[in-house]
Amino acid sequence: MIRIEPRENPSRAFAIGIPILSAVISLALAAIPLLAAGANPLTAYGEMIKGVFGSVFALSEMLTRATPLIFTGLAAALAFRAKLWNIGAEGQLYLGAMAAVAIGSGYLDAPGIVLLPLIILLGAGAGAAGMMAPTYLKVRFGADEVVTTLLLNFIILIFLQMMLEGPLQDPMGLGWPQSAPVLDQGMLPPLMERMRVHSGLIIALVLAAIAQFMLARSVWGFKLRAVGENAAAARHAGINVNRSLFGVAAISGALAGLAGVSEVAGLKGYLTSDLSPGFGYTGIVVAMLAGLSPAGVVVAALFIASVFVGADSMSRAMGVSSFLADLVVSMSLLCVLVGGFLAKYRILRTREAVS
Amino acid sequence: MMDLLNILLSESFWAASLRIATPLIFGVLGALICERAGVLNLGIEGIFVVGAMCGWMAVWLGAGLWGGALAAAAAGALFGLLHAVLTVPLGLSQHVSGLGITLFATSVSYFTYRTALPNVSSPPRIEPFQALDIPLLSDLPFLGPVLFQQTALTWLALLMVAVVWYIMNRTALGVAIQAVGDNPDSVDAQGLSVYGLRIGAIVAGSALMALGGAFLTMSAFDAFFFGMVNGRGWVCIALVIFASWRPGKALFGALLFGAFDALQVRLQTEMGALVPGQVFLMAPYILSIIALVIAARSADYPRALLTPWFKGQR
Repeated sequence: MIRIEPRENPSRAFAIGIPILSAVISLALAAIPLLAAGANPLTAYGEMIKGVFGSVFALSEMLTRATPLIFTGLAAALAFRAKLWNIGAEGQLYLGAMAAVAIGSGYLDAPGIVLLPLIILLGAGAGAAGMMAPTYLKVRFGADEVVTTLLLNFIILIFLQMMLEGPLQDPMGLGWPQSAPVLDQGMLPPLMERMRVHSGLIIALVLAAIAQFMLARSVWGFKLRAVGENAAAARHAGINVNRSLFGVAAISGALAGLAGVSEVAGLKGYLTSDLSPGFGYTGIVVAMLAGLSPAGVVVAALFIASVFVGADSMSRAMGVSSFLADLVVSMSLLCVLVGGFLAKYRILRTREAVS
Repeated sequence: MMDLLNILLSESFWAASLRIATPLIFGVLGALICERAGVLNLGIEGIFVVGAMCGWMAVWLGAGLWGGALAAAAAGALFGLLHAVLTVPLGLSQHVSGLGITLFATSVSYFTYRTALPNVSSPPRIEPFQALDIPLLSDLPFLGPVLFQQTALTWLALLMVAVVWYIMNRTALGVAIQAVGDNPDSVDAQGLSVYGLRIGAIVAGSALMALGGAFLTMSAFDAFFFGMVNGRGWVCIALVIFASWRPGKALFGALLFGAFDALQVRLQTEMGALVPGQVFLMAPYILSIIALVIAARSADYPRALLTPWFKGQR
């Protein structure tokens, strides 16, 4: 017989070791699809490493890719801590991006010191607003936020196409469904000359530090964790659970909205409907790899960004589909999930049947 | 107003509604079986993709249409088994595991498709299921075109409604599946295997979901595209709550959704000049949310849904 028993003191070493092990295992498992595609896995890994760490440019590309993932990873991590399943970061990202170009691409011709903070605030606000609706439906009607946020992603994407063919369309854009460019003074300044990495990364890192501190040390963080661990007990202890949920919903949505701001006003300069290759969904993987810890989100985002940038570069060099990156990312999620089980329980072999 | 009436009375409208409803019927039934056994399966969106890709690819490789359907169901069952292992004996978060399955299944499908067909600009086509032209019945006024010119997979979906209803309501197995979703301890006390019932239900439900995906590439269209599932799986998760976990109401919900989707396409052509087309495209998703909100208050969730159960632990 096999018996499963909870560990009495889940070790802290597991908390750090398991995500690292999951990352390694998922990369190792990538050898299977690589072999299936007829590529030499070792050469492929070499190309991936070169594609991420081979040059300053490669490193800058990786940090550029990690930036939106830190935002969406934080969005998921904070919400999941309160057991609020915000799967809508993808949509909220686009809401933030739409707000950014709505105000930033000429509607308001203000100096940068006014315009840039306004773009950031409005983008965050739009994302937050996008998460308030499903939270209201959850609290008021008991409508599962997983389903509503997922469906809202599709609604917002269609709304985006409508805006890009309508009010937000660039009049000089020859009819392409894209927005006018954000004014120069409204752009997040680049961090290095001739590189794409931009100051959105600094904002993301600062917010991760604040989130880490608030979650661990503040009353707000304590309430959030209490609501997530046992909502009924938290209510009994006098915590206003709904208020906590709305609060974390707003913050989570705002962080996802900032991912959109950062991509539009930091990287692309204008908005199209393919701004995000699923950053919202990948943020969930980032958050899970991070064990829902904001500091961990930064590390996990760097790892996932490396996988994407490395796989892109390997794909160009060897002709293996870059969907390999999505494969590695999804496998790392499943690995870390299983790892979480091994950290919490131990599997015992017992001689006699347990009744 | 006249136009609306004309649309609602036309044969082609109802034929289209049933066609659009077909993948949802498979999906809602699949989700219903999983949730009745106490496990939420958010892998559904990815399992749709796997079903669509495998079904299409098997036919493209020469397996025949039913071979394709079988391959799709088998692939869906396989991913279902993975979800089952993670959520039942290991008791891991059903939300996270399901989302993980969706990401994994989608990326496996896309990677396989891209690797098999590296340099195609237009996706290769297969000869899809044809309308079953049943002599005499197909010539019936109204019902003929609506019902008797659908493809075999639509008939299979309707048949599955009856089969699932029968199993759930008239067999010991169905009673056991429902009991395992409501009160696993009682099932265990009767000497039945909680793990076995739950795993079996998830595998079977996932196979049905994959058939919904297969319908897309083998009946509705004749090729595989990236992003073709487009949220249909998530719609099913909303519809199963709307259907209060009953097969008959699941059919009704899927048909209602199908009718609404067919209507928006027609209204779009009628009123396209007045309202941007996207307003109509959004409507089905908004409808799903509304259906969920209406049903959520009184929803009688399976009592042990989302709750893992471990042997020997009360």
